[in-house]
Amino acid sequence: MADLNQGDAIPELRVTPDKYLPHRYAGASGDFNPIHIDNDFARMVGLPRNILHGLYSMAQVARAQTDAAGGDPRTLRRLKVQFRGMGVPEEEIVVTGTVRERDGNTIVIDTEAFQAGNGIVRNAEAEIRLR
Amino acid sequence: MPVDTKAVGKQYPPVDYEVGLEKIREYADAVGEGSPVHRDREAAKAAGFRDVVAPPMFTVVYSSPALRPAVLDPEVGMDYGAMVHGGQEFVWGEPVCAGDVITTSSRVAGIYEKDGKGFYVFESTSVNDADDEVVRGTWTNIVRGV
Repeated sequence: MADLNQGDAIPELRVTPDKYLPHRYAGASGDFNPIHIDNDFARMVGLPRNILHGLYSMAQVARAQTDAAGGDPRTLRRLKVQFRGMGVPEEEIVVTGTVRERDGNTIVIDTEAFQAGNGIVRNAEAEIRLR
Repeated sequence: MPVDTKAVGKQYPPVDYEVGLEKIREYADAVGEGSPVHRDREAAKAAGFRDVVAPPMFTVVYSSPALRPAVLDPEVGMDYGAMVHGGQEFVWGEPVCAGDVITTSSRVAGIYEKDGKGFYVFESTSVNDADDEVVRGTWTNIVRGV
């Protein structure tokens, strides 16, 4: 497990959602909004292409926190995010984070997700509790 | 046109969701959660869970259905077609495992206008069969040009 003292970076999480990921996430989550799964529809409403579900991107931010805490899903106590920009398939997502403060086993992390330098999850704050 | 705030505080009927083992596996695969505690019963029990455990963000699977009547409520008046998901917060309690029945209640927490945008904030609270809180959610949707 990484050192998680004030100022430490958490290990980066890198993942590239493939072309069909939004379809699988739609099925898994129940969110079939056509902007995520229909390229033609997405372009018709002014988007560059079909876009990732924000909650999929948030799930990658969540995973970066639990991975940093040793992998136990119970370690993640709170996660607050803002969605900015638009995530797209077939482009690598990078999740970074820095420990803002630590009180015993409770750790607050400032974290973000980027694609090609564009923030897709911004100003996120996670609280984890080590077990 | 200013946003209409009459629906603030309105509550919606609770919605039950029974958590299935294969649904947890499907979700874990889609988001890349690789741990065996999300797939294998023995691994989950060895780690101290009652059964295969859901990843934290699986909360969207069982709590979203309770939000649907709120976001589509004509009294809330949110233009669904012009809406973007602006922000999200979850605060987790007890872990959720396969076989749990999760009951989620939702309410309109706030409607306000800022910089020409309408902000619609919904809150959800989810409890398990034992009435232990499993998650609280705050869902912020933004509509441009209200």
